[in-house]
Amino acid sequence: MLDHILSILIFFPALAAVLGFVVNKNSIRSYGVAVATIEFVLALWLWFAFDPNASGMQFMEHIPLVKTFGINYIVGVDGISLFIIILAAFFTMIGIASLGETKDIKNMIVTLLFLQMTMVGVFAALDAIVFYLFWELSLVPMLYIIGAWGGPLRIYASVKFFLYTFTGSLVMLVGMLFMAYFYYQATGEWSFAILDWYRLILPESFQLWLFVAFFFGFAIKVPMFPFHTWLPYAHGQAPTIGSVILAAILLKMGTYAFIRFSLPLFPDASVYFMYPIAVLAIIMIIYTAMVAYAQKDIKQVVAYSSVSHMGVIILGTFALNVEGITGSIFLMIAHGVVSGALFFLVGVIYDRRHTKYMSEFGGLASVMPRYAAIFGIMLMASVGLPLTINFVGEFLSLLGFYKQSHILTLLAGTAIIVGAIYMLAAYKKMFFGVVTKDENRNLPDVNKRELMALIPLTIITIWLGVYPKVLLAPINTSVEAVVGLMHEKSLTQEAKSRIPNLSKDTEVITNSAENSAEEAH
Amino acid sequence: MLSPVNVSIESLNLMTLVPMLIPIVGALLIIVIDLFKSEQDKSLYVMLSLLILGVDFVSLMESAGIFKQNGTIMGVFDVMLIDGLAILSQFIIVGASLLFIPLALTHKRFHEFSYPEFFALFLFMIAGFQFMVATDNLILIFVGLETASLALYTLIAMHNRDKSFEAAVKYFTMGALAAGFYSFGAMVFYALTGSVEINQIAEVLAANSYADIGFVLVGVVFLLASFGFKLSMVPFHTWTPDVYEGSSAALAGYMSIVPKIAGFVVAMRLFEFLIHSGVVWLEVILYMGVVMTMTMANVWALVQTDVKRMLAYSSISHAGFVMAAILIGTTQSNSALFLYWILFSFTNLGSFSMLWISRQKNLPAHQQSDHSYDKFSGMVKTSPIAASIMGLFMLSLAGVPPFALFWGKMYMISSAVTGGYTVLALIMALNSAIAGYYYLKLIVYMFMKEPIVQNNGHVYVANATLPLKTIIGIAAMGTIFAFLAVNQLLEFVTAFVYSSGY
Repeated sequence: MLDHILSILIFFPALAAVLGFVVNKNSIRSYGVAVATIEFVLALWLWFAFDPNASGMQFMEHIPLVKTFGINYIVGVDGISLFIIILAAFFTMIGIASLGETKDIKNMIVTLLFLQMTMVGVFAALDAIVFYLFWELSLVPMLYIIGAWGGPLRIYASVKFFLYTFTGSLVMLVGMLFMAYFYYQATGEWSFAILDWYRLILPESFQLWLFVAFFFGFAIKVPMFPFHTWLPYAHGQAPTIGSVILAAILLKMGTYAFIRFSLPLFPDASVYFMYPIAVLAIIMIIYTAMVAYAQKDIKQVVAYSSVSHMGVIILGTFALNVEGITGSIFLMIAHGVVSGALFFLVGVIYDRRHTKYMSEFGGLASVMPRYAAIFGIMLMASVGLPLTINFVGEFLSLLGFYKQSHILTLLAGTAIIVGAIYMLAAYKKMFFGVVTKDENRNLPDVNKRELMALIPLTIITIWLGVYPKVLLAPINTSVEAVVGLMHEKSLTQEAKSRIPNLSKDTEVITNSAENSAEEAH
Repeated sequence: MLSPVNVSIESLNLMTLVPMLIPIVGALLIIVIDLFKSEQDKSLYVMLSLLILGVDFVSLMESAGIFKQNGTIMGVFDVMLIDGLAILSQFIIVGASLLFIPLALTHKRFHEFSYPEFFALFLFMIAGFQFMVATDNLILIFVGLETASLALYTLIAMHNRDKSFEAAVKYFTMGALAAGFYSFGAMVFYALTGSVEINQIAEVLAANSYADIGFVLVGVVFLLASFGFKLSMVPFHTWTPDVYEGSSAALAGYMSIVPKIAGFVVAMRLFEFLIHSGVVWLEVILYMGVVMTMTMANVWALVQTDVKRMLAYSSISHAGFVMAAILIGTTQSNSALFLYWILFSFTNLGSFSMLWISRQKNLPAHQQSDHSYDKFSGMVKTSPIAASIMGLFMLSLAGVPPFALFWGKMYMISSAVTGGYTVLALIMALNSAIAGYYYLKLIVYMFMKEPIVQNNGHVYVANATLPLKTIIGIAAMGTIFAFLAVNQLLEFVTAFVYSSGY
């Protein structure tokens, strides 16, 4: 069974979703929780069986799909993707378990299970077309979740979300087809397998163009400044569960894809575009942090802060060294946990008051002490307090980039202070002072169902903040392989010097690099 | 004194005529049955047509087998040309017709299906299209084209609504104009080369290295205009939305597939050698035509308020997308054309059939037209399965993987990449993104809006019967599970296209 565990992880939720149509409406919630729990246990089993010392792909499966055109169903997992898959399973589980009163709950749970298939699929796919397939397919359930359960502007928000991402990914598809064509020119065979592509060394000019094509797809998904405008709408209108999944998992597809595709495929282009992208990332960090400070709506604050932190992830990724990339992957998980939790918390208060305006609240700490405590912990984590999960990721990301540029890192660091300002200000407005509104006097504190989601998240936040090594070690192993491959493949002097040489760790890579005598000319 | 002509019957290769003769004989049979005993139920004719087309399909499989062994076959004084293109396109023509004809078995009674002539004309039309694709003789192409078109005009008019008459007359006028252009273009080429066979025209022109380039261009202009009308390329597309709106949804779906593939094959035979001969000007014109057809049709589709008109513009856009294959002109692109069209025929016929089963005879007060977007508002609440299937077809048309059309789109864009048309590849990709919006619009109406008037969902399946549901089921299955068949299809199509030398 372990041989096919990834396929099971991908298609089990989809199968369960199809069967879910038959389940009675009153029992669908239990059904959803049961399925998601099984999926989560399977994901944990995957972690248990995963060999943290191996840097390559594990649990690979290979089924030809369109043989003549080199499209194969290839899945596999390494330290980079493993934890995001587990995170996806985890969030679907607690998301369904803590789902509040929702209309058409059956459709919602079935949709969530389909969404889970696409999420796991994206992170497990090792064939560009299969990757693209899940990547595009993930838009459809999210479109439905935002469009059917969202706020008043839901249709505009969902269509904007879909079209933005769809456009970007079509440009990316053209890039993928080019990449396959270059591979065909070099070897005489079509292949969309990422691991095959890794062995291809492209001249720098090709790399630049392809990097740009892939960049459109990924940057819109992340979303990077200036392509971020769809996200506040999507978050603003989406129901709580939609925002949680969107922030925790779907946005990570973009940053994950940078590490899976852009860096190892185009090392020279990555170095070439390092500064422009870093500048974009820093604009994104500072600008969205300032925008967040200006918001009146607590959900928008969380949404913009989430974009701001995605900037740090990008910065860490484009540090192009082991510390930075490891940090950015860790921060992806941390950001998923923390911003997912924050969206949950906003959902909790929204369910009670049906408003998200901070001016409507005040003094909540005395009315809802447990809520205030959990919110406080998550907020500290979001700000990047040491001993919380975010701190580890942010620190490593910035440390990584510090090796490339001191000034830019300093700028990014100041943004974290801005982050502290707007988050603390928001906290003060909502929780401290006296209760001014009568509606707020008798609000019930968080109930059991909500605690089911929030307590595990709080535990993870602190546990991984204190002891991140469980995750860092396997991530580090795989990242070293990626960085080694990049150094090996890079052509320009600039790139060779920017990307550190890890000769002691690159035995695996040197072997495969020896096989790749081919070049794209 | 004419000397007696000795032609051995074997050299005529009459077998090449069999696939066309089957529907002709079938059509005559239907007329004869009506002579002996009229007032028969439509189901008789539907099933007879189905059987005849089934036999036709089998005979095509046999010619495909022969082609695989012996290569291209000429027959009947070398007028017939059975090559890979002919066989592939006939597969699509007959296959789509097989899927279309059961759509006549509607729940409601419609005027046209009570006449046996409808089915006879339908079979004649198929024979016409088959002749059109299985020859490179300009005269036979013309004869096939006109047979098919005249039959098609009548089929449209038989729907017996004011708009259908308007549509038929409009189509007829435009078709007549196109026919005039075609014959004029053909005449120019005959005058230049003394031949009406496309391959000989190509040889003669190449032999004198396009000395009369001016006349060639005149001929090309006329032929382009003529095929522009037939394939509804912008700016010759104006008839398309009106004609689709006027004909029944089923026939509109059929018209978006079968006449076009026949047109594509002829265009491929004609323009392939002209583009490769280095007539630069033609490439520019075709490039502009392709880009304009894709983009403009998409933009017009955005602003439609009626689903059927939206689908009409969308099929214009798809035709433009596929026309790019002829511009690119590599084996890969020509195979992509056939792959695309096979997958497209499933999806598009499916979506038009979904409109067909929701056909209303009388318009309720709140609806502007028969298939306005409003009608589908909140459809998921009342008939979730129908809404999901319609949504599936829309996603497939938009090119969302893993549904059928994605594979066609991907292979087509890839052929543009491989053929060196980078900008075209990007334009194609971006056009797919624009198209995403109007397909999404229908999904938004169906899944995210509230119903405008309370209904019990019956309106969406009012016209449905078991045969119609079966056809839609086949189309839906074909759309979902296309990824399992793409490999075989691609191998099959590529082998046939390659061995016909395109």
